Amino acid sequence: MAAHLSSGRVNLTALREAGRRELREFLDKCAGSKAIVWDEYLTGPFGLIAQYSLLKEHEVEKMFTLKPGRLPPADVKNIIFFVRPKLELMDIITDNVLREDRGRSPQRDFHILFVPRRSLLCEQWLKEQGVLGSFIHREQYSLDLIPFDGDLLSMESESAFKECYLESDQTSLYHAAKGLMTLQALYGTIPQIFGKGDCARHVANMMIRMKREFPGSQNSIFPVFDTLLLLDRNVDLLTPLATQLTYEGLIDEIYGIQNTYVKLPPEKFAPKKQGEGGKDLPTEPKKLQLNSAEELYAEIRDKNFNAVGSVLSKKAKIISAAFEERHHAKTVGEIKQFVSQLPHMQAARSSLANHTSIAELIKDITTSEDFFDNLTVEQEFMSGIDTDKVNNYIEDCIAQKHPLIKILRLVCLQSVCNSGLKQKVLDHYKREILQTYGYEHILTLNNLEKAGLLKPQTSGRNNYPTIRKTLRLWMDDVNEQNPNDISYVYSGYAPLSVRLAQLLARPGWRSIEEVLKMLPGPHFEERQQLPTGLQKKRQQGENRVTLVFFLGGVTYAEIAALRFLSQMEDGGTEYVIATTKLINGTTWIKSLMEKLEPAPF
Amino acid sequence: MSRARADEEEYWHSSKFRAFTFDDEDDELSQLKESKRAVNSLRDIVDDDDDDLERVSWSGEPVGSISWSIKETASGSTGSLEGRDSSLQKGSSSYAPVPKQVSSYSLSSLFKGRNKLPSFQSLSDALTDTGVKNYAPELRRPRAEYKDYSSDWSPKDTVRRMQRGKVCSLERFRSLQDKLVLLDEAVAGHDGNVITAVLIFLKRTLRREILFQELEVRQVALCHLIHFLRETGEQKFLLDLLRFLDRTEEVALSQYREHLNIQDVEKRREFLKGCIGLPFSPEDTSHIQDHYTLLERQIIIEANDRHLEMAGQSEIFRKYPRKASILNMPLVTTLFYSCFYHYTEAEGTFSSPINLKKTFKIPDKQYVLTALAARAKLRSWNDVDALLTTKNWLGYTKKKAPIGFHRVVEILQRNNAPVQVLQEYVRLVEDVETRLNVATKYKCHDVVIETYRDLKDRIQLIAYKCKVERGSAEEEKINSLLNNT
Repeated sequence: MAAHLSSGRVNLTALREAGRRELREFLDKCAGSKAIVWDEYLTGPFGLIAQYSLLKEHEVEKMFTLKPGRLPPADVKNIIFFVRPKLELMDIITDNVLREDRGRSPQRDFHILFVPRRSLLCEQWLKEQGVLGSFIHREQYSLDLIPFDGDLLSMESESAFKECYLESDQTSLYHAAKGLMTLQALYGTIPQIFGKGDCARHVANMMIRMKREFPGSQNSIFPVFDTLLLLDRNVDLLTPLATQLTYEGLIDEIYGIQNTYVKLPPEKFAPKKQGEGGKDLPTEPKKLQLNSAEELYAEIRDKNFNAVGSVLSKKAKIISAAFEERHHAKTVGEIKQFVSQLPHMQAARSSLANHTSIAELIKDITTSEDFFDNLTVEQEFMSGIDTDKVNNYIEDCIAQKHPLIKILRLVCLQSVCNSGLKQKVLDHYKREILQTYGYEHILTLNNLEKAGLLKPQTSGRNNYPTIRKTLRLWMDDVNEQNPNDISYVYSGYAPLSVRLAQLLARPGWRSIEEVLKMLPGPHFEERQQLPTGLQKKRQQGENRVTLVFFLGGVTYAEIAALRFLSQMEDGGTEYVIATTKLINGTTWIKSLMEKLEPAPF
Repeated sequence: MSRARADEEEYWHSSKFRAFTFDDEDDELSQLKESKRAVNSLRDIVDDDDDDLERVSWSGEPVGSISWSIKETASGSTGSLEGRDSSLQKGSSSYAPVPKQVSSYSLSSLFKGRNKLPSFQSLSDALTDTGVKNYAPELRRPRAEYKDYSSDWSPKDTVRRMQRGKVCSLERFRSLQDKLVLLDEAVAGHDGNVITAVLIFLKRTLRREILFQELEVRQVALCHLIHFLRETGEQKFLLDLLRFLDRTEEVALSQYREHLNIQDVEKRREFLKGCIGLPFSPEDTSHIQDHYTLLERQIIIEANDRHLEMAGQSEIFRKYPRKASILNMPLVTTLFYSCFYHYTEAEGTFSSPINLKKTFKIPDKQYVLTALAARAKLRSWNDVDALLTTKNWLGYTKKKAPIGFHRVVEILQRNNAPVQVLQEYVRLVEDVETRLNVATKYKCHDVVIETYRDLKDRIQLIAYKCKVERGSAEEEKINSLLNNT
């Protein structure tokens, strides 16, 4: 089930096991049959920890999604709410509890499981509504870092960036530090901590403080990670704004990957069976899980999309040849051997069919004129061309009322690549946007300004060219098929964040002091003492393991770039990636937009 | 698109930029098709039920995943009785702790706490204290121990207990000094949950002015309080706070945000009117003013047009009934609406496009674009023509398009303009390369032929012959041109 989690350098199954154990312990506390009422947002992340079978073993008989009104009938002893600590969810729970039929027998017991933390504010809220006393168990489930893949952990905290950089609410940083403590408890103390950015500094401080306050957490586990690198998202605001050009990145940009699942338009996946003549075309989206458990996907996901087609066609030939083998199988032994391979071949065939279809869907989009125009403008900005005047393509897109998020991505990209826009240019864009999309978006524009994504050039100086040149962010000779540099993930642009990680490993940040000073927030190094005996004696040629934690989100293209570095023959470092949330430019900007519709309840 | 096509092509080929396209020689689309064919042909060999390899329901979710199970179990009517019986038995038995392996960590076992400290111990003492007690099996404690109102926790311990999710009484922190120490401790712990809880307590027990003053020098706590007030909708308190801090722009925006919660348009208009005087930045002030003026207009137009539509007298409303009300629509949408329904009205009326253009200082480009789209949608080609015609002082007329004629053609084509109309504007596309592209794309044969003629490009002309219909007037035209030279 979770074999892919143990395939990497660090066996993340242990983390998943710890999560499962805690879940079982909680369920057993509420003795008797149970129904779980789910905050729908949580089902995805929980799905990565446990399947329904685990819940069933612990007497969970029914599951509902949380919604206002009377709870559905279910003859169970316990009703357990699995929720994030959000006030609007507390209102729904209150409604549920108040409408519960008091006369029914036997009475049902209520419990709340807060994920990832109990919230005093929420409990206060429930108390004011007069229902707090109805709950027998109020507990928390510390689902901080969820294993997504053998080298990937995410907190799936949607609003972490907004909270940290817009509202100066550091709760998600506290959770990040907690998650790191858990990780250290399982995988040993990480001896070296590097960081860049204010949030990184905070998290490092909290970790050091927590360690000091709970000396019991001093453990005797041999450290798996050599280095922790904490990176603020606002150190590199540029990267998520650009369109990702890896296979996985494009799937996410176009269809959105959620908790490793993607929903795709069903047409291309219609089963073509004889005699059916396409009468039952499926209308529901096709849902697929994407992770390294699928051999083919693991091979192609981090490639530039331009290199995916040839791999797929090569695979098709290999599989065809493999199936042809049956004609050569003469003896019973040979036939037997062929048959024994069939399941594996069938799996490979269906995997290939799926990815061929997905590649076709994506290609329809990447070959469209608009995709091309959009990319042209992005690449111009990133290489520093015409970033200081109003861009025609952006104006055209506004005139044609393209989706607002697309416009905002481009304008923010231009602003970031110019260290802020000239006041006149900024005013012009603002005006066009407000007139075309509505004045109320003034609130969103203000949020973007506060987050530093869209701003007037204050110093009158554009630092971006210096940063670009020193860190070699724009590479002219990119090789998409057989890359020799991380810039292949954006067909020319090397993600700043990953470049920082790369330069830290070799030759060290001392070589780029000047540029580091231009980027926001402090950079620092901390060491955590290891008890003697746990210090590592590295074998000749053994790679170091670095955990890179992106505070505020990471894109699939950045993950691909880090995986590329891990696989470099003389790289010397392997990376494991952690983040508060897997993002792309669209979901990121969306999280910063003002919600314009009033809540439905 | 200002850069002419030709330039663009050259730019792409000569410059260092890479376009994101598949290699032409190695046509990957055909490769993809080929793989797909190969894959599909294999279906005959393998079992028909191969789609079931992983037991995936059609929606794609593996059977047994949590979200799948929600649907499944929710649709079933009642739980199995046997299951319940056994569970009831279990319920009555006391739950013994599950024995735990020593070497393995459960998440809850990681949080270890300190022994209870004497109250009011100084902070530095607390730091050096090393007494440790394992709070790990917290999950299994009897409920009574939960609400620990033991009254002598130090501020630090109080915060730490709250971080672990325990309920603590804060009431005994009476002096301002104690309260502030408590707040500082909470902030140092970075747990927003605890910080907010302490703030709620301070908010209840401190005078506003004092609270505000103290928060001014505690930015983190301040941010949390602002966030909290927003979340719980305590608008008045929030505005008082922001005003105290002299964060006037924020006060203005925060107040303006409120209009989103007002459904009634009249009330919303009144509210926006009140927003105009708020201390926004100078640029924002004019936008807010415009927002108010726009809604005011929309209300007048809406009342008028609804009346017209109901009366059924006006032809345009009969022919093209309105799909939605114009209220709360963006400015450009409103302009489109007025170009659609009120194009010919005199400048004096509120609903006339020219009036909107003047009032909101809509740039020429935007205006032409919108008017063009509206008139083209009505297939009113004369209006299109007039819109693009200017008279100079000698009385000569001239065609002019601030958006470029290639965009004009694009818009007309999208509205299915006849070839004759399209052709006229394709001719006006200035750049030759672009003109040829557009003309070829929309099959304006005459323009293509004329352009090649002017370029004296015989080879292209011959090549184009196969693109026109056999025996058509266009073919004849090409032939006669070729024969003449």
